[in-house]
Amino acid sequence: MQSMNFWRAYARNKGAVIGLLIMAVVVVLGLFAPLIYPESPWDMVNAPFLGPMEEGSLLGTDTLGRDIASGIAHGARVSLLIGLTSTAVALVIGVTLGALAGFFGGWVDDTLMRFTELFQTIPNFVLTVVLVAIFTPSQGSIVLAIAIVSWPPLARLARAEFMALRSREFVQAAITTGQSNATIIFREILPNSLSPLIVSSSLMVATAVLLESSLSFLGLGDPNAMSWGYMVGAARTVIRQAWWMSFFPGLAILLTVLALNLIGEGLNDALNPRVARKGKA
Amino acid sequence: MRTVQTSQRRYRDRLRHLLSASLMAAALGLPVLSGAAALSAAPALAADQPARGGTMNIIVQPEPPILQLGLNQQGPTQTVGGKIYQGLLTYDKQLKPLPSLAESWDISPDGLTYTFHLHKNVKWHDGQPFTSRDVIFTTTKFLPEVHSRARANFARCESITAPDDYTVVFKLKEPFPSFINAFEVASAPIIPAHLYDANTDYKNNPANATPIGTGPFKFKEWVKGSYIHLVRNDDYYKPGLPYLDDIYFRVIPDAASRALALESGQVDQSQYNDIEPFDVARLKSQPNLNFTTDGYEFVAPVSWLELNNRNAPLNDKRFRQALMYSLDRQFIRDKIWFGLGQVATSPINSHTNNFEPNLPKYTKDVAKAKALLDEMGLKPDANGVRARIRFLVMPYGETWQRLAEYVKVSLKQVGVEVTLENTDVAGWVQKVSNWDYDMTANFTYQYGDAALGVSRTYVSSNIRQGVMFSNTMGYSNPKVDELFASAAKENDPVKRQALYSEVQRILVDDVPVAWLLEMQFPTFVSKKFNNVITTGIGVNESYESVYMTKR
Repeated sequence: MQSMNFWRAYARNKGAVIGLLIMAVVVVLGLFAPLIYPESPWDMVNAPFLGPMEEGSLLGTDTLGRDIASGIAHGARVSLLIGLTSTAVALVIGVTLGALAGFFGGWVDDTLMRFTELFQTIPNFVLTVVLVAIFTPSQGSIVLAIAIVSWPPLARLARAEFMALRSREFVQAAITTGQSNATIIFREILPNSLSPLIVSSSLMVATAVLLESSLSFLGLGDPNAMSWGYMVGAARTVIRQAWWMSFFPGLAILLTVLALNLIGEGLNDALNPRVARKGKA
Repeated sequence: MRTVQTSQRRYRDRLRHLLSASLMAAALGLPVLSGAAALSAAPALAADQPARGGTMNIIVQPEPPILQLGLNQQGPTQTVGGKIYQGLLTYDKQLKPLPSLAESWDISPDGLTYTFHLHKNVKWHDGQPFTSRDVIFTTTKFLPEVHSRARANFARCESITAPDDYTVVFKLKEPFPSFINAFEVASAPIIPAHLYDANTDYKNNPANATPIGTGPFKFKEWVKGSYIHLVRNDDYYKPGLPYLDDIYFRVIPDAASRALALESGQVDQSQYNDIEPFDVARLKSQPNLNFTTDGYEFVAPVSWLELNNRNAPLNDKRFRQALMYSLDRQFIRDKIWFGLGQVATSPINSHTNNFEPNLPKYTKDVAKAKALLDEMGLKPDANGVRARIRFLVMPYGETWQRLAEYVKVSLKQVGVEVTLENTDVAGWVQKVSNWDYDMTANFTYQYGDAALGVSRTYVSSNIRQGVMFSNTMGYSNPKVDELFASAAKENDPVKRQALYSEVQRILVDDVPVAWLLEMQFPTFVSKKFNNVITTGIGVNESYESVYMTKR
């Protein structure tokens, strides 16, 4: 019953449905990339510099004759994997610190928030580049670097939710009945603060995908993994001769990030019906 | 032994050059060239009489730290300093010596005595006369102190003397026929003794800020970050020369802006890495520009995949040969370097002295490569993988990144799995010079001569941990050591060639490194200028005879 309401609220936002459809395509592409294109996306399967639809190459080939469509399919795996895992890691760090700060308050709150602000004062992307450069680029170091720059907003959000819910009656009741702090945090407060966290983490996946693309664009991606940002970065130098090499992977990034943002908005509508889009409702 | 020291120091020079080049952080992507042969930069405007006047604007990138060519030999310093300073000799495109400050020279039949006769009416830019005293000071005091490459060359001399004001005699301890190739303006720029002799702290001499040379152009002004202005030397010792009134060197850090400045005619010349390979095709079709790859014969680098000969399976000659058979080097030239360069057939560049053309050639042959690996007992496992090696990607821009990706895919075809590792310039130098790599890419300048620029990376006496551009792959073959040593002191050109040919044959069979291309650099010159690229040192030449066509 509740899920029916959720879907109805979500579906009311047409953009969100479109976003979900695009996302479904990307996920399917990512999941089945090894079946659709069994060859490695690095293999030079065709003549270099083929345009789209030339010689059986759907989206053309790049400067070395690697298939762009295959690169996009395999790149979807990399983008989604890094987007999801880094967001998960950021969620764990952010929610843990935010929850502790919001629940306990006082000096715990002060310490944790000053620590969080430390990260917030450093520009995200600069820090990511530095971290990846130090750890040497690999999928693991990229996930870690993105997570490290992404958690502060989640921590602040979780803290705000926890602070607000901590003074609510059901939490007070739980405290008076002598439940442990851990039980209160996990059973009482966390489930009730999930909505805003889900919304913002869906947007965070989009940011992570963009960050990963930017890193790869700068040549700081995992050199053994084909990714969209890498494809744009490698092809930008020949953009005057071969537009398709950077256009299609760029389009893939655009659509994915757009879809994630639309989904985020839809989730916001569905999960926080009162605060969302008053004008529209 | 001494050869080794020579070479060894030279690497540091080159390292400096590379580091400066890398500052450009040129993300080198590549355009498709039509594979057209290089046009000559000196067009047939013969009807035109050389006439005085005109200003030439040349790109200089990155900005040199100093213009005193004796103290700094980075590429840009050479290009600017080559107009201000002069060496005793210069070299044509076949690397034969040509007169510069020395009008003639003799070499004794035993190859031990080199006598240079200097031009008599040469004046320094401050009016003082140029004499043999300057040459003696430069080659015995100044350069041995500050110029590592020159230090090694002149250390071969038993004595350097001046019988009179216009004669200098170099007496060698043992024959070294390559000695005659060590007098070009960047290898041995002649420095004014009257400004430097009194104060031995050469690096902090106040005269460094206002370089005084003998060249056809004088230093006028340097606006840091913007331009260097040279003016005509009216007292130049060749009557009527130079033709140009001014040369401005323009600092343009951004690659796209450099290409635009050339296209729009704001600058008249670019050289070395100024124009990225992917822009070359477009600029070649510009009606106002001439394109050439001539003028780099003296540096003439060969690029290679550097293989750590210590690590299994790279320590097996058959594995290294299999690598050669796995690569389509014509593809590398055509598609990765966009037609700039030639497939290398020898460790010695075909422009460098003592190149041997008749060597066995490696062409892509996957079956042969697999057979060699089978013979070694490297059978494919369940995933088809016979061996795994790491590739440390050379951090000099996208071209080298593309190369690494190409190598990875090519070796996969024969069952060798390559893992790419990215790093920055400092990390690359650190790892390679300390032998912490399996495979990387590299290239070195050859300075026109095997003894000056080639043997250094193959002789076992130059295996030195921590020293870049030495024999970092740890290749060791006593026969090769011996051949390089005897060739360096062999006076008879026929015997010398025989020794060098034999060593090339051994090296090509041993594959200490997988040679890729004889590299070429693009030079663009506005069609208004004539006589620009005339010798083997190209853009570093004095430009005394460059003239402008009046429109």
